[in-house]
Amino acid sequence: MSDAVAPVLRMESVRKTFGGSVVLRDVGLEVAPHTVTALIGASGSGKSTLLRCANLLEEIDDGAIWLDGEEITDPRADQDAVRRRIGVVFQAYNLFPHMTVLDNITLAPRRVHGVPRAEAGERARELLERLGLGGKADAYPDRLSGGQQQRVAIVRALAVRPRLLLLDEITAALDPELVGEVLEVVRDLKDDGMTMVLATHEMGFARDVADQVCFLDGGVVLERGTAEQVFGDPQQERTRRFLRRIVEAGRL
Amino acid sequence: MEEESGEDSGKDDVRDGYVPSERRLQRERHKRARARRATAIAALSTLVTGVVLYLVVVNAPGWPRTKETFFDGQYAREAFPKVLEGLWLNVQLLLVCGVLVLVLGMLIAIARTLPGPVFFPLRVLAAAYTDFFRGLPLIINLMIVVFGVPALRLQGVTVDPVLLGGAALTLTYSAYVAEVFRAGIESVHPSQRAAARSLGLTHRQALRYVVLPQAVRRQVPPLLNDLVSLQKDTGLVSIGGAVDAVRAADIIAQRSLNYTPYIVAGLVFVALTIPMTRFTDWVTARMDRQRAQGGSL
Repeated sequence: MSDAVAPVLRMESVRKTFGGSVVLRDVGLEVAPHTVTALIGASGSGKSTLLRCANLLEEIDDGAIWLDGEEITDPRADQDAVRRRIGVVFQAYNLFPHMTVLDNITLAPRRVHGVPRAEAGERARELLERLGLGGKADAYPDRLSGGQQQRVAIVRALAVRPRLLLLDEITAALDPELVGEVLEVVRDLKDDGMTMVLATHEMGFARDVADQVCFLDGGVVLERGTAEQVFGDPQQERTRRFLRRIVEAGRL
Repeated sequence: MEEESGEDSGKDDVRDGYVPSERRLQRERHKRARARRATAIAALSTLVTGVVLYLVVVNAPGWPRTKETFFDGQYAREAFPKVLEGLWLNVQLLLVCGVLVLVLGMLIAIARTLPGPVFFPLRVLAAAYTDFFRGLPLIINLMIVVFGVPALRLQGVTVDPVLLGGAALTLTYSAYVAEVFRAGIESVHPSQRAAARSLGLTHRQALRYVVLPQAVRRQVPPLLNDLVSLQKDTGLVSIGGAVDAVRAADIIAQRSLNYTPYIVAGLVFVALTIPMTRFTDWVTARMDRQRAQGGSL
């Protein structure tokens, strides 16, 4: 990380336990503006939990998290104001099934940000168009394919022009063909300069798109670096073992 | 949940040598202070509201007269045991009718959601039943059953106003509860049924093991609402001459021309519903906690 630019997201000694089990023990992370950070690691290594903590969907036990230099884990912080600046895309899409695609997307711009209906609709259609969903504005989510639903979810997160986008294994529920279509969208967003943190099992994609790769293991960021460093020359034995398994499974 | 994980810092630190940081301790101190402040504000606002209400009522021009007719301690003492005695009948009616209503309502709701052409008449019958009994005013239903059935002079059919009244209550409330159940069944996302059916479960099994458990959980508050309503309406059985809590109060009020017994009866009913509501709240909250992903928003 360069010292010149202040990070968008910064985590310091974050600890999170569920009941008796420690999911995040001591996590530190810095995400510079306009960069993509990929979180990799085995299932249950705390990737999703880390993202949920960053969005304050989980309350951390210890440590602190800053968004644009402001401590968001301070009990005095306005959680809703923080979440307004962070977009999240969930693994299971979490679209609202009782609303059309357009209503899903314009809900937050209209109700939270006070954007007029017409303007919100226009932007939503523009984004849908860009993601190849121009004709689906009036459809209901259950009528769409998984890939389409996930792209709608991405549009929904983007509609409020977030400062930071969190992507939680957004391709995990998709078949390979649709995976490509969703990852293409993420790549475009990177080109637009969106700051993103993504938890992923798509190692090839992580290597392609990420400026920074973090390997989570045992509740800590065991190894971090550029994609070349982590994938090409991992320093830790555990990282090497993890990557070997991935390669054996033909996923890298 | 939040409170728990916040308060017991240091409980889980034995294994990995974790020591809560100063930051965490400070955060928890802040939270405790905030909780104390919130409690203080709640107490103060309650006190102020209480005092204002008291002053408004006591300073009303008709208060002395109202106090005499509605809040007479002596009549209250006289009425209380009688009302309690009568209440036992209400409780019995509630328990018996409540169980019957839940079972019948569920059967009707299931009948309405049965697929397939064979069950068409059953669906129509169930729909007609709910339409009719939800529309029919309870008091008219009661009069027809309590006075009409004995008038038929059928052999072997009871003329007991309590039993007949209970039957009438069950008829009406089954219709209500059936609709509550049906709405619950239909509110479960179709993907759940799809998942169950694709595992090879039959319609009946999908309903029994996947749909109903989710539906019933959502239906607990409206069901409780209907049960509380049923409990109050058990008082209507007194039109047939049965002496329940309301009727017991009525007898004293008629004799003394004082309305205090009604207040007593009313309070007794309220006292009966509150524990029921709290218990259900507790049960649903506990189910939610076991299931939720984590932090509450």
